Amino acid sequence: MTQPGLYHLLFISAALFFIGVYGFLTRRNLITMLMSVELILNSVNLNFIAFNKYLWPHRLDGVFFTVFVIAIAAAEAAVAIAIIINLYRSHQSIDVENAEELKY
Amino acid sequence: MPNAINIALIPLLPLAGFLLLGLFGKKVFKNSAGIIGTLILLISAGLAIYTAYGYFFDYGKVNDVYQKLIPLKYTWLEFSKDVSIDMGIILDPISAMMIVVVTFVSLMVHVYSLGYMKDEERYSTYYAYLSLFTFSMLGLVLSSNIFQIYIFWELVGVSSFLLIGFYYDRPSAVAASKKAFIVTRFADLGFLIGILVLSFYSGTLDFNTLIQKLTSPESSELKTAVASSFLGVSALTWGLALVFIGGAGKSAMFPLHIWLPDAMEGPTPVSALIHAATMVVAGVYLVARLFPVFALSAPDALSIVANVGAISALFAAIIACTQTDIKRVLAYSTMSQIGYMMFALGVSKYGGEDGLGYTASMFHLFTHAMFKALLFLGAGAVIHYVHSNDMKDMGGLRKHLPITHITFLLACLSIAGFPLLAGFFSKEEILLAAYQHNAIIYWIALITSGLTAFYMFRLYFSIFWNSPSPRGESRGEVHGEHHGEGGAAMMLPLLLLAVGAVFAGYIPFGHFVSSDGKALESEFHLSFSIAPVALGLIGILTAMWLYKNENEKPAKLAASLSGLYKSAYHKFYIDELYLFITKKVLFNLVARPAAWFDKTVVDGLVNFTGNTTQDISERIKSVQSGKVQQYAIYFLVSAVALALLFIYVWK
Repeated sequence: MTQPGLYHLLFISAALFFIGVYGFLTRRNLITMLMSVELILNSVNLNFIAFNKYLWPHRLDGVFFTVFVIAIAAAEAAVAIAIIINLYRSHQSIDVENAEELKY
Repeated sequence: MPNAINIALIPLLPLAGFLLLGLFGKKVFKNSAGIIGTLILLISAGLAIYTAYGYFFDYGKVNDVYQKLIPLKYTWLEFSKDVSIDMGIILDPISAMMIVVVTFVSLMVHVYSLGYMKDEERYSTYYAYLSLFTFSMLGLVLSSNIFQIYIFWELVGVSSFLLIGFYYDRPSAVAASKKAFIVTRFADLGFLIGILVLSFYSGTLDFNTLIQKLTSPESSELKTAVASSFLGVSALTWGLALVFIGGAGKSAMFPLHIWLPDAMEGPTPVSALIHAATMVVAGVYLVARLFPVFALSAPDALSIVANVGAISALFAAIIACTQTDIKRVLAYSTMSQIGYMMFALGVSKYGGEDGLGYTASMFHLFTHAMFKALLFLGAGAVIHYVHSNDMKDMGGLRKHLPITHITFLLACLSIAGFPLLAGFFSKEEILLAAYQHNAIIYWIALITSGLTAFYMFRLYFSIFWNSPSPRGESRGEVHGEHHGEGGAAMMLPLLLLAVGAVFAGYIPFGHFVSSDGKALESEFHLSFSIAPVALGLIGILTAMWLYKNENEKPAKLAASLSGLYKSAYHKFYIDELYLFITKKVLFNLVARPAAWFDKTVVDGLVNFTGNTTQDISERIKSVQSGKVQQYAIYFLVSAVALALLFIYVWK
């Protein structure tokens, strides 16, 4: 077993990112969209970790960033779910296409 | 010395009354507004008489010359060391006389209105306006600064506008108030330019300094003002002529008189106060205020005053003979009498015996205020009784309105110059002054005085004698019992003014008011007064012959003079001329192109900007669709595009 290199990790990160983007753009269910956002965030986390480990192994900047991102993602998820619950209360649905009132 | 606070209170009390009644009148003083306004004015009138008495008999005279006192001076706007707009009070013979006239007539009108206006919906508003007017007029006569007088001049114009348009639900009243405002405003433009010219050359706005600088022959200001000329006329003459245009507008002199007859749309007491006794003499007052400059430095401007005055006097008297609305007759009579005052000033010289015209003019202003206010208030009582302005609806009223009848007769005799009544003395003096200095004007004045007697008695006989018109008769029977002559509030002013109209002439006016402040002995020549008195009597008798009993003679006379009669009846088509000039010439040649430019070019630019914006926004508004995922695509695409740009283009 060889150890995975930087490029492997970057590949996985990019794949996660685009899966997330794709999910965010195509899914109509808000919960799924939220999950897609989490995928995007995690792809970024993976990126930070990979660069930290392979380019500057003696420093911790990337790790700290990752910890921040995780914390903020948790907060963001809480807020987003609160919004979704409220939306459900007012629209009886969490389909993003039912919430289109805010337009021209 | 004069007490500045007392004098300042004379105009300020009516101002307080205006604020009080104007702000709280409708709710708090709905019924007591008249009493409050009248009481305030009573105090003011008391102070005015006290001040005038003090000035004339106590402190005003120094070495036998009445001084121009400035009891109060407050520098308001200072432009430079010498030029400032002050708020001050000037006390000299004419202002002392004017405050008495204004407060007295105004008080009479206030009292009269207690009866005349008592059923009006906007009773308190009416009194508020009256107070505003009284304040402005008193401020005008007491102004020590030419700019201050201009401010009050405009305030007077505004209150006149408000009062003419008092019955704002009548289209004719609205039109009349607009007309009055626009015509006088137009004249005031001349006044303003005149002020600027005068103050530019004299370097001051203060009356006393200005007169001093522009009259003493060695002053450099006078030399420059006379030397610099425009279109061959010296700047000083221009300035004074322009100031006179302002005065002519306010005083309804030909050809700016067209607003005055229409102004009779206002309530009758207002006509008595503003359009007969006080405001319309503001122009005379203005010329008198600047009289030394006119007389000593710009005789040309003074001769304009004389000619305009004489033309107006005759012109208005002819028209007055043909009008049938009693208030219009009185309006033209006012214009004619103010013409008298104007040309009396115009023929006068400065100082000594030659200054007789000045004294005569002010004297006539004083007596005219009395009998003209009386005439208007009497006409008000008649209108109150008959409910019509038209002479045709009247007749035979002497039994129904005995007090009005007697007082009206006295006023008519007074204005016709019947011997020993007030108007006789002042008119005699004017005629004498004209006789001494200008023969043509003297003859015009003489003819006018005959005409005056004729049209006043035409009015008198048509109202009080003649046969009762069916309409007047039925009115009298229907509510003659319960409304009669109009009660004590309306009769008291008539009686008091009648006393004035009879006895005001016995005041030795020359002792108090003269062009240079020195006492002037006015001589009385019996032989001289034969001609005017005889003409006056002829006028009265002709009117009696024509109008005392109902007959065919007036109609026949009118038919035989049809051309003259018709044009006089139509006021010599001056209104039509103005309409032609404004509507046909000005509107078509100036206003229409200007309107076109405004509508197409100016509005077009604005509309174009607006429409374009709207167009574009209509097209791109679908970008904001409300679909979150669409926004995300925009975001993504833009991010990618930016990334590509940064990577490949802006390296």
